[in-house]
Amino acid sequence: MLLTGLGAAFFYLFAFVAIASAVMVISARNPVHSVLYLILTFFNAAALFILTGAEFLGMILLVVYIGAVAVLFLFVVMMLDVDFASMKRGALDYAPIGAMVGIVLASELLIVLGAQFIGVGQPGSVASPTPDPLTRTNTAALGDIIYTDYIFFFQIAGMVLLVAMIGAIVLTLRPTRPGVKRQNMGKQVARKVEDSIDVVDVETGKGL
Amino acid sequence: MTVVELTQSLNIAAPELALAVGSMVLLMIGVFAPKDSANSTVTGLAVALLIGVLGWMVFFDEQGTAFGGAFVQDAFAYFFKILTLVGSIVALVMSVGFAREEKFDRFEFPILIILATLGMMLMISATSLLSLYMALELQSLALYVIAAINRDSARSTEAGLKYFVLGALSSGMMLYGISLVYGFTGHVGFTEIAAALTGQERSVGLLFGLAFLLTGLAFKISAVPFHMWTPDVYEGAPTPVTAFFAAAPKMAAMAMLVRVVTDAFGTVTGDWQQIIIFISIASMALGAVAAIGQNNIKRLMAYSSIGHMGYALVGLAAGTVAGVQGVLVYMAIYLAMTLGTFAFILAMRRKDEGNVESINDLAGYAQNNPLQATVLTILMFSLAGIPPLAGFWGKWYVFLAAVEAGLYPLAIIGVVASVVGAFYYLRIIKIMWFDEPESKFVSAAGELRLVMGLSGIFVVGFIVFGGPIAAYAENAAKALF
Repeated sequence: MLLTGLGAAFFYLFAFVAIASAVMVISARNPVHSVLYLILTFFNAAALFILTGAEFLGMILLVVYIGAVAVLFLFVVMMLDVDFASMKRGALDYAPIGAMVGIVLASELLIVLGAQFIGVGQPGSVASPTPDPLTRTNTAALGDIIYTDYIFFFQIAGMVLLVAMIGAIVLTLRPTRPGVKRQNMGKQVARKVEDSIDVVDVETGKGL
Repeated sequence: MTVVELTQSLNIAAPELALAVGSMVLLMIGVFAPKDSANSTVTGLAVALLIGVLGWMVFFDEQGTAFGGAFVQDAFAYFFKILTLVGSIVALVMSVGFAREEKFDRFEFPILIILATLGMMLMISATSLLSLYMALELQSLALYVIAAINRDSARSTEAGLKYFVLGALSSGMMLYGISLVYGFTGHVGFTEIAAALTGQERSVGLLFGLAFLLTGLAFKISAVPFHMWTPDVYEGAPTPVTAFFAAAPKMAAMAMLVRVVTDAFGTVTGDWQQIIIFISIASMALGAVAAIGQNNIKRLMAYSSIGHMGYALVGLAAGTVAGVQGVLVYMAIYLAMTLGTFAFILAMRRKDEGNVESINDLAGYAQNNPLQATVLTILMFSLAGIPPLAGFWGKWYVFLAAVEAGLYPLAIIGVVASVVGAFYYLRIIKIMWFDEPESKFVSAAGELRLVMGLSGIFVVGFIVFGGPIAAYAENAAKALF
């Protein structure tokens, strides 16, 4: 099914911006700009998902990748003093290997697509296509599977995560270690303007 | 799944539900309780919770399948769950005195024990490869943390790390096996897999999957050749933790192994039987020979447990109702003997040295404390399999099943291995009764003496009340066939 009309226009818009910003991610000199372009790429990918009716995936991409992962990247890039310019210097040397991986991936994609046309038989997912998004949204479908059919596994997964959390705290938290600065909320809330700010009238040219 | 089905499922899984909710409530209590009494409060409540669940399981017999066939509560599950709960309760009770003496005062320890027990109970009930794997991970993750819980000791940390790395490796292998089985049968549920395997020619891929699956399971029961982690982890972990490791997780892993091979692969007995026979022989042989050179009693018990898993697998190799019954009886007896022996190991404490772990420290135990030395002697005779003690009857059931199934060489190798293995148990007895006495141990805590006494009574009295236990085990074994 090919997109037509307004849908097609939006598709080409989002796809073009996604590819252009993806190129900018690897070519921008400033790493902060790279991360910002990465966010733009994610955002356009999310828009593409929504355009094809996979609204749940689109929203998850927004929440998880942009809301958490990209922000984390941004923090890391801004806080660590990594010399990205020198890391990128030899990047072109890897171009032949990169091209080879690309060719392999592309040919695999062609084989998968070609197999359908020469009639090897359709994979199960194509044989029973997803229902029309207008009659059944995929958020509801996923919810049914995860929270009703597979509720048991979902709950055990929750318990596994609980154990992981307890384990991490048990093995690493040392409340009595000296020299560790801890947050004291009472102290923070009790701070007053008078204790924290000194208004000083500095004479011009004198300094403090 | 409708609301009615879900309610029924929750009803069937009520003991597990109680443990899951109880662990979270205890976590809250532990966080808000005063620091110096948090451990003792939570330990007491945890023991009460586990005993409550055990009582529930004994008095309310709610059987059936739940959660769309991913979970089953049958007679087999009941048998092993009761054993697992007993193992957890006794290990937790035995940790109380140790916690007092060794500053082992983390309130998370009893909570992690409960969560591990929850994982074990889910493992025992798992009837699909998916729930099996999830439950196994829940149990394993809790055990990794418990092994390293004494984080200021380099040996405990090493034990935890070693267990984690090797456990992750075995989980990976098992997952690979599961994916192959799923790929070649198209199902993850045990009954569906069994149905898919009947009448159809088996592919090599499925055999690969089965072998990888058994590898992962053999790791969890520490059967040879996947036993390497056991001595180091047993030695490095704090002693109450070792007692727990040797008891409860072994029950759950063995239950899981038995259920997988009889339920999912019951129609292809010949394919897994040869693997089970091999790991059984290897475990018996290694357990008998490698323990001879050990001086650390925890390492010695590690090799002893490897050997005992080998004997239990003899029953499984038979692949019959009698064989599985033998496995159940053997595991029950193994549990009683192991917990009793660890009560003695925990009681090996001198005023100036703290806990000691060398078997030479037992010298003169008979003169310093004749009553306890007698009970330990009985336990050692039972572990060696001398009639009329419980250990002999365990071996009797599994070897008899093997002979009935025509596996004569396996039974003969088992008998030879148990004769060789008797050496190191007898050596402990000789050190206790005939060596020059060393200084006395401090008198054992009340709960340790209780465990010693109970396990002594079980081992001696098995000849009297072994019949009902064997009948109960037979009933449980029939649930699988």
